[in-house]
Parts: sequence; C-alpha cells; structure tokens
Amino acid sequence: MHKKQAEEKVKKQYQDKVDKIMPKPPILKNLLWAFFVGGIICVIGQLIQDYFISIEISKKDAAACTSVVMVFLGAFLTGIGVYDEIGKRAGAGSVVPITGFANSIVACAMEFKREGFVFGIGAKMFVIAGPVIVYGLVAAFVVGIIHWFRIFY
Amino acid sequence: MNQPVVISTANIGGPMEGQGLLGKHFDIVMEDNIKNFDSWEQCESYMLEQVITRAIEKISGSVENLEFILAGDLLNQLMSTHFAMRTLARPFLGLYGACSTMIESMMIGGMMIDGGFADVLAGAASSHHDAAERQYRFPTELGVQRPPVAQWTVTGAGAAILASKGNGPKLTYATVGKIVDMGIKDPNVLGPAMAPAAVDTLVTHFGDTGRTPQYYDMIFTGDLGDIGKEIVIKLCAEKGFDLSNNYEDCGCMIYKEDQDAHAGASGCASSAVVFCGYIYQKLCEKNYSKILLVGTGSLHSPTSYQQNESIPCIAHALAIEV
Repeated sequence: MHKKQAEEKVKKQYQDKVDKIMPKPPILKNLLWAFFVGGIICVIGQLIQDYFISIEISKKDAAACTSVVMVFLGAFLTGIGVYDEIGKRAGAGSVVPITGFANSIVACAMEFKREGFVFGIGAKMFVIAGPVIVYGLVAAFVVGIIHWFRIFY
Repeated sequence: MNQPVVISTANIGGPMEGQGLLGKHFDIVMEDNIKNFDSWEQCESYMLEQVITRAIEKISGSVENLEFILAGDLLNQLMSTHFAMRTLARPFLGLYGACSTMIESMMIGGMMIDGGFADVLAGAASSHHDAAERQYRFPTELGVQRPPVAQWTVTGAGAAILASKGNGPKLTYATVGKIVDMGIKDPNVLGPAMAPAAVDTLVTHFGDTGRTPQYYDMIFTGDLGDIGKEIVIKLCAEKGFDLSNNYEDCGCMIYKEDQDAHAGASGCASSAVVFCGYIYQKLCEKNYSKILLVGTGSLHSPTSYQQNESIPCIAHALAIEV
C-alpha cells in the first residue's frame, strides 16, 4: 500500500513539474483571432441576411436561407482546404459559428469517404458533430420541460 | 560473434520535411503528401517500399538479398507496413514500438545478425502525418487549434541495412527499455510523457556499461520535442548525468521554427529519417565516432486515452560506433 502511495506521489510531483515548464498558449493572441474571425463570419452572415430581407423574403425565412448559405460556405472552404487553416488560428472563432458545424461534418465526410459510402461517409460523417446534435437535443428537451412547467404552474 | 554493421541507409520525406532543417539530407522528397494514391495509408506503404529498395540498391544489391525485413509503423495492425511487405515479399517480422520502432528494428536486427541467424537484413519504420492524425486525433480538414506543446507527426520513412560484414558504423551495445508511465493522460503532451522513459533507459544504460554521457560524441533521442528534451536534461542532471553539451532530440532537428510544428516532430519517422539521413552521413564522414540513439515511443491508442488511461511509454538505447 505504502509503495503505491509513494509511486502516486512521485507521479504527482512529475506532473506538477511538467505543468510548470509547459508553454502556455498565447491567450490574448488567440482571443483576438477568435474575436475578429468569429466577428467577420457573423458580419458576413448579417450581410447575407440583410440582402435576403431586402429582396422581400420574410425575416424568419431569411434566417433559414442565411444558415443555408453559411453552411454552404463552411463546407466549400473545407472542401478546398482553407477552413482548417482558418481554424488553426481562430480556434473557437471559427468552430462556434454554423460554418464550423459544416466544417466538422464535411471534414469527416472527406476523410472517411475512402471507407465507402455506407461505413465511411454514412457512418462517420457525424463523428465530431454527432455529440453536438445529441446534447443539443437533450438540452432542448430539458429547457422544453422547464418551459412546460412554467406555463402550467 | 558477428558485430552488426549498418552498411546502408535511405530515407524519404514529405514536402514539409523537405523544406525543413534537414532538407538536403533526404534521399527522396515527395512533392505532396499523397502522391496520387487513393489514401494516406497507401502513400505510407509506398514510402516504406521506396526506402527499403533504395537502401539496398545503394550498395548495388536487390531486395532479394534481404534475408529478413523488420519494420513497423503507427497505424492499427501495422497497415502501411503490411501492404508494403506484400509488395516486397521477403521474410518479415512486424514490430510495434510506436515511435521507437526504428531503433527496435535495428536492435532486434542486430541481435539476429550477432546470433548468426542472418547476414543481411533491413530494419525500417514509417509514419504519415495525415494517416496518424485521422487515426489518433481528428480528420485532417477539421479546423482545430493545436496547443503549443503538440508535436507534428513526420511524414516519412527510413530504412537501414544491417549486415554481418561490410563497411560502416557498428552496433555495439543495446539497452532494452521497460515501460515507464508517469501518469500523463493528455495525448497532446507526448514529449513530457516519454521523457521519463528516455531517462530511465539512459540511466540504465550508463549503469550497465559504466559509461558516462561524455563517452559519446552525441546522444540522440527520438521524438521528445523541445519540452521533452528540456525535461530529459533536467532529470538526468538530477541523477548526476550531464547531458547539456552533447545531447539533441531528433524531433527538434526536422522542422524550422516558422513551419508551425509547435514543440517539434514526432512519429516513427522522426528518429528514422534523422538517423537514416543526417546522423548516418555524419558517422560515415567520421564527424561522429560514437553515438547513442534512444528511440522513444508512447504506447497509447485512441481507445486507451478515451478510456481515461494514462500514456505508457518506452525507450530503447542503441550505441553505434565507427
């Protein structure tokens, strides 16, 4: 028992030592990149939405059309190998917008198409995006229940 | 006793490796990472075939002269190696030592020659950045940010031809490492995870042989990167061995600062391309006469780290003297 405890202690000491000399990510630089790239993506989205509204599409339909265009752009930039270059610098700035969601699906589809349409693209397309959908639905369900209780009580 | 001699080597690298610090020490530099093949894995098989063929052809032999091939890579079930060996069709033993595979192949090859079981054989290892990314991390086109401690898997392969006689540096001593696991769990932090294994093997080697680090012109570790290297120097100093003058890590020798590789290179090909190019040339030119090559491998798998296991690591040391 003592031996095991001593071993754990040595491991802990080593991990602390590693933590000390590990280079820290450049947080300010990363934040700025994320802020500006994320911002630019949102501005582009807004411009597209404004355009749809200007051609007399209802606000609700314009939002849906904008998502479609943004997903297309994300998918297109992934296909021509640009989106991963943006993501490398922007981090969450390019992951959080809907273009990042498109990237996560198209990147998997491209990578696993070599395993065929069924077990490759079909099965593995949602390897990254799947959890987002699953827990998004769970969260929506929980919020829905809370909303339901608030209406009746 | 037949002292094994490294009579020839060959290496290959991808475009990024070709533009790196050791660009002129490659036999073949590929123009792109896939070379018109259908998959990264096929490209990796091609690289392995190329280096073994090139290494034996350099000494005017042919693949048929190889009595055995010992080789391995990073992928599940040694995929790239097995398909390369299907083409080369020679007696074959597959090895998995993660990034220590090159050293492991030379070590076991050396034992086979020393024991009189073979006269000429090849040891080889390969890795491919994109094939490794897709197996161990994410699809290659996914826009993810890598932490500064992350290392870049080398696209490349190296092969060394060992023989019972001939000209070249000799394998004189080998220390087989044991698995060391200091509880690091993050698969991005491979250098610091492997460093204690490298130190354990180095200390064992110095203890067994009575040598000191100064006995060697140069000591090389496989793929610890900048941070792992720093830790090795520190830990060895604590054990009373001074490595500050004649120690380098192959992972720190491949990429330039501006190539965005972060903490350095990793993968089977890290030690393979550096030994089979730069180091071997330096030995042949007699710039080095005694080196110690320590192959380091982190033996985790995608399943193991998802199941929250820590990273078991290993290091093997091989003394090579002219």
